[in-house]
Amino acid sequence: MSAETAPVPARDPGLQPERTRLAWRRTTLSSTVAAVLAVKTTLNGGAEPAGIIACALCIAVWLGFLRIAHHRIRTLAASPEPPALAPRHATATVLSIVALAVCAAALVF
Amino acid sequence: MIGFVRNVRLWFVPEQVRKDGSTPDYRFSLANERTFLAWLRTALALIGGGFAVDQFLPDLRWGWRVGLALALLAAGVLCSLRAVNHWVRCERAMRRGEDLPVSRFPALLSVVVAVVALAMVVVVLVGWEG
Repeated sequence: MSAETAPVPARDPGLQPERTRLAWRRTTLSSTVAAVLAVKTTLNGGAEPAGIIACALCIAVWLGFLRIAHHRIRTLAASPEPPALAPRHATATVLSIVALAVCAAALVF
Repeated sequence: MIGFVRNVRLWFVPEQVRKDGSTPDYRFSLANERTFLAWLRTALALIGGGFAVDQFLPDLRWGWRVGLALALLAAGVLCSLRAVNHWVRCERAMRRGEDLPVSRFPALLSVVVAVVALAMVVVVLVGWEG
């Protein structure tokens, strides 16, 4: 260890933003699969009014999720050193998944 | 429990996270975010599994089918709530320069998934005989 301070090397952003963007993409794919299964369950259940409402909620939640993901993906793509995920967005994402599970329970039950 | 309530408040009030400590290297934040997303995918897979049990095991008795499906859906909800909680705790620990929080949730989840898988095997075998 030398006493003089070494110059701080410029940080290589590497592929971190891109990897994070792809992780968001994979997550939207997973949510799409869940939404498709919700539609299939509704159609097989005879398409009663309550089922259709639950299915519509599932699709609305899925669209909300896509919107959050799209927003985050654009933020990640805009800058080589993107800001951290805002807790508000993390919470919104998780709440949409919880809402999806609640609608799923209503459809299955 | 009080710690959990405080964490829940952090989910909704991001400014409080920013008040703690100093901003970590953004690459660590992004890695934390990817871990969070991986847990969300696990939660979504569990929810998809709940739908799949309901849709693709039609020969099962109603109680078993709905019970298994609801168990998987509940696991998905738990998994996603825990994901955001763990994300907030990691983010705060990084800002304060503390050790990352440890968790027994991964072990718990793997035990639950193993039990559900065994239950599925038994139920499918019994269902075919009956």
